[in-house]
Amino acid sequence: MAKLTFVGGIHPYDGKELSKDKPIQDVLPGSVVVYPLSQHIGAPAKAIVAKGDRVLVGQKIAESGGFVSSPIHASVSGMVKTIEPRRVVTGDMVMSIIVENDSQYEETEFHPASDLDKMSREEIVEAIREAGIVGMGGAGFPTHVKISPKEPEKIEYVIANCAECEPYLTSDYRRMLEEPERLVGGMKILLKLFPNAQGIFAVEDNKPDCISRLRQLTEEDGKISVKALKTKYPQGGERQLIYAVTDRKINSAMLPADVGCVVNNVDTIVSIYRAVHEGRPLMERIVTVTGNAVANPANFRVRIGTSYAEILEAAGGFKTNPEKMICGGPMMGFAMFGLDVPSTKTATALLALSKDEVSAMEPGPCINCGRCVEVCPGRIIPSRLADYAEHFDEEAFVKNYGMECCECGCCSYVCPAKRPLTQEIKSMRKIQLAKRKK
Amino acid sequence: MGELYKVSSNPHIRSRSTTSGLMLAVIIALMPAAGYGVYNFGIRALAVILVTIASTVLTEFLLGKFVFQKMTITDLSSVVTGLLLALNLPVAIPLWMAALGGVFAVLVVKMLFGGLGQNFMNPALAGRCFLLLSFPTAMTAFDCDTYTGATPLAALKAGEQVNVLDMFLGHTAGTIGETSVVALLAGACFLLLLGVIDLRIPGSYIVSFVLFTAIFGGHGFAPDYLAAQLSGGGLILGAFFMATDYVTRPITIKGQYIFGIFLGLMTGIFRIFGPGAEGVSYAIILGNLIVPLIEKYTQPVAFGIRKGGIRREK
Repeated sequence: MAKLTFVGGIHPYDGKELSKDKPIQDVLPGSVVVYPLSQHIGAPAKAIVAKGDRVLVGQKIAESGGFVSSPIHASVSGMVKTIEPRRVVTGDMVMSIIVENDSQYEETEFHPASDLDKMSREEIVEAIREAGIVGMGGAGFPTHVKISPKEPEKIEYVIANCAECEPYLTSDYRRMLEEPERLVGGMKILLKLFPNAQGIFAVEDNKPDCISRLRQLTEEDGKISVKALKTKYPQGGERQLIYAVTDRKINSAMLPADVGCVVNNVDTIVSIYRAVHEGRPLMERIVTVTGNAVANPANFRVRIGTSYAEILEAAGGFKTNPEKMICGGPMMGFAMFGLDVPSTKTATALLALSKDEVSAMEPGPCINCGRCVEVCPGRIIPSRLADYAEHFDEEAFVKNYGMECCECGCCSYVCPAKRPLTQEIKSMRKIQLAKRKK
Repeated sequence: MGELYKVSSNPHIRSRSTTSGLMLAVIIALMPAAGYGVYNFGIRALAVILVTIASTVLTEFLLGKFVFQKMTITDLSSVVTGLLLALNLPVAIPLWMAALGGVFAVLVVKMLFGGLGQNFMNPALAGRCFLLLSFPTAMTAFDCDTYTGATPLAALKAGEQVNVLDMFLGHTAGTIGETSVVALLAGACFLLLLGVIDLRIPGSYIVSFVLFTAIFGGHGFAPDYLAAQLSGGGLILGAFFMATDYVTRPITIKGQYIFGIFLGLMTGIFRIFGPGAEGVSYAIILGNLIVPLIEKYTQPVAFGIRKGGIRREK
């Protein structure tokens, strides 16, 4: 039976009180909006507009570059200024469509589904693909691929990842509280794709208000249930979530579908609802702006492509000088060089920390204390794997399950010697994954 | 692009626990035992403790300054080594011997193998065994102002009656820090509550030792005899403070149980069949030596990995 938790994990300071009670507000972008063509895992999208074209809100401006890829839609109306490489959150230069916002927000025509019951499986999947929906929890895996397993009838659980275990993040929490009907509606669409599946909202028990609201909305529906999970990071990790809810285990080489599961994040499911029932493609998302250096922490509905500098401005700018800016949560987010980069489909949060705890601490020698072993949800030995990675012992790294690391960061977090364990393991994993592709 | 912020790989937050913090916790946890040692054996015990700590810290300081060009004494690990070594010495030991033990522990066992985290044997225990082998008379002379005659364990082995309550409270002859079970357990509870140590190794060590002693000790499950065996000698000090030394115990969870059981059996063998009444120090450093072997055979299997491959079974 479901254990509602997993072995390992940590309880860091969660910082959610900064922004959890702030209702979602709209932010309008400035005069220039940037759409990187690669906002998802897989092939970059291909631009289908040219310099000088006028685009409307919701108009498709880039087409999928393959099966594992996703189209991109304009979130403002205006003129395409140019198409050129721009810097993105990760620091890479990515080909991007730059649109000059005319602030009219003139919308293209949307085509909502007339009747969900009359739609075939293929039509629903196509609507989701066409809407450019990707996993909005951070990974950005195209959703239409995720919901197209080889044998849909073998899927037994559709799990809504409502854990939001990352410290500071409250975007999913606000979504659940403010738009639970859309969330439940999105779940019903997913259940239509998988006739033998039951739907589960998996929520951490630090969000009792969401749990009771979702229970209210689903008590009539025999196929949907709400499960309260123990609050612990990384409960929202896909493998930990599936295990907590279904008692089934997957490893790095498996997909959730291999154990009869499909997992989607809150924002993704809401976007699915909007794509199917309202005909609106993915153009906006909820971003939490928070951290001890932000003047007014808040949750914003952001038009994708808005620069982070503008989003921060909407939160009143800085209260104190930040040392570190993070896109996403403090455990798995990216540190940013600067704020002049566009928000994307996977931007969960903007976190401004007045102190950088990482650079403040000098790494020392490993004292073999085993804390990393205790907290590792992958049940591997991070300290040894980091050693193998450091010495470039690829064979030992792979043999000792280095590839099973999910990069959650728990080992680095607890290490009393302040060793960058996650970083070492992550680098080696990247090298190994690149070699496999060759 | 305007101002640049600091960047690093995830995670961007860190827990408060530090190496020196852990060492400090161990030092605090040893204070009751050390304090009782000074109370029990007099002011000379304090001199032994201070000289031993000075020798370990000074050794690391000089090596850091002149050999390794890296100052590492602030991690407090050599204070722990010095303190543990001192608690394992008889109060009457010549001070130069105590200092020599400290130098051996830090120079030979710890620093020559690469410093903190690299030693394959508990430095304090290795220092003690070095002294025990080099100066057996001085190391086993437990006569002092307070006590004359044998330690309770030696008396027990000779078939004499011992007072278990005195042993539990620590009112007996022995090394400076080993006598009071109460003081040691108070410190151990502190470490357990802080999560610095856990019960895996001490628990499996003590349980397996009791079972072994009950079966082979010749007194069966006689409670008095077993209680005396548990309270006597360095068992409690060893089980909670030395066997749990991070660097020299297995890092795998399964391995820690095996390690504890091994120590229990070894201690039992040394105490019952060996020539001396003691066995904890040798058991632990012997255990330290087989740690790599234990780890080799107790490697964990990662989450989600099944027997015979990684694909789904139905």
